[in-house]
Amino acid sequence: MRVLQIIETAYRATLEEQDDTVLWFTRAIRSAGAAADVVLAGTAVNYAVRGQDAHGLSIGAWSQRHPPAIDHELTKLIESGASVCAIAEDLEERGIAAESMLAGVTRVSRKDLSGLLGRYDRVWKW
Amino acid sequence: MPTKSLTFLLMDAPYEQTRTATAFRLMDAAVRMGFTIRVFAYEGAVSLPVTQQKPHPNALHGRNVDEEAHPVPHVWVRSLMQRAVEREKPLDWVNCGLCVDERGATEVVSGVRRGSPADFWKMVTGTDNALVIPTR
Repeated sequence: MRVLQIIETAYRATLEEQDDTVLWFTRAIRSAGAAADVVLAGTAVNYAVRGQDAHGLSIGAWSQRHPPAIDHELTKLIESGASVCAIAEDLEERGIAAESMLAGVTRVSRKDLSGLLGRYDRVWKW
Repeated sequence: MPTKSLTFLLMDAPYEQTRTATAFRLMDAAVRMGFTIRVFAYEGAVSLPVTQQKPHPNALHGRNVDEEAHPVPHVWVRSLMQRAVEREKPLDWVNCGLCVDERGATEVVSGVRRGSPADFWKMVTGTDNALVIPTR
């Protein structure tokens, strides 16, 4: 069964979680046998940008030792065989150029999205 | 062939979104219609079956605790599970274990079990369709 995960809500509690919970979930169900791929949409297209650094959070005497590394999470997902693409129009709106993106993340235009959705048995939008 | 089984994934914590009540309404309707229901609670939704939730009085409403009858989600969970048992189609509710640990949400309605996304995937592959209701 092929599953497409559309991620639109970005950076939701990523500091507390030390990752993106939907990317984490996708990696977990792939480990359980799901053929799950990802489309980044809306603000989540920023996940495809290389070199993000969330170090430095400190609250009182506490400081975060392991901040989220979304680019690392995405790379791991791609290395596991998942297809990861980002909505081209959403990238352009945010000024995210191809050269600043992670290797392996492809672009898909909105007009081609319906054809992409049709190739999956389940489509879940987060 | 009619659909006979459904998986729901819930993500919102109790008392945060109207989506929670809507999800319970959908699940209740499905149970009434004879569907077999599977639920995977992810992130804040693992607090839905927590039994420490307590109804409270509401002075602004001018009602004591009994009169107010404040909704508590763990009662919804228990009631839904009970109805499913009465229909001889027990409801399987799995709380994401890591999410439980993060929140200390360990005291839950009897019958709720701990699991992982692998359990969600088993639910998906074992039911006719799946509805993911994420946070926004």
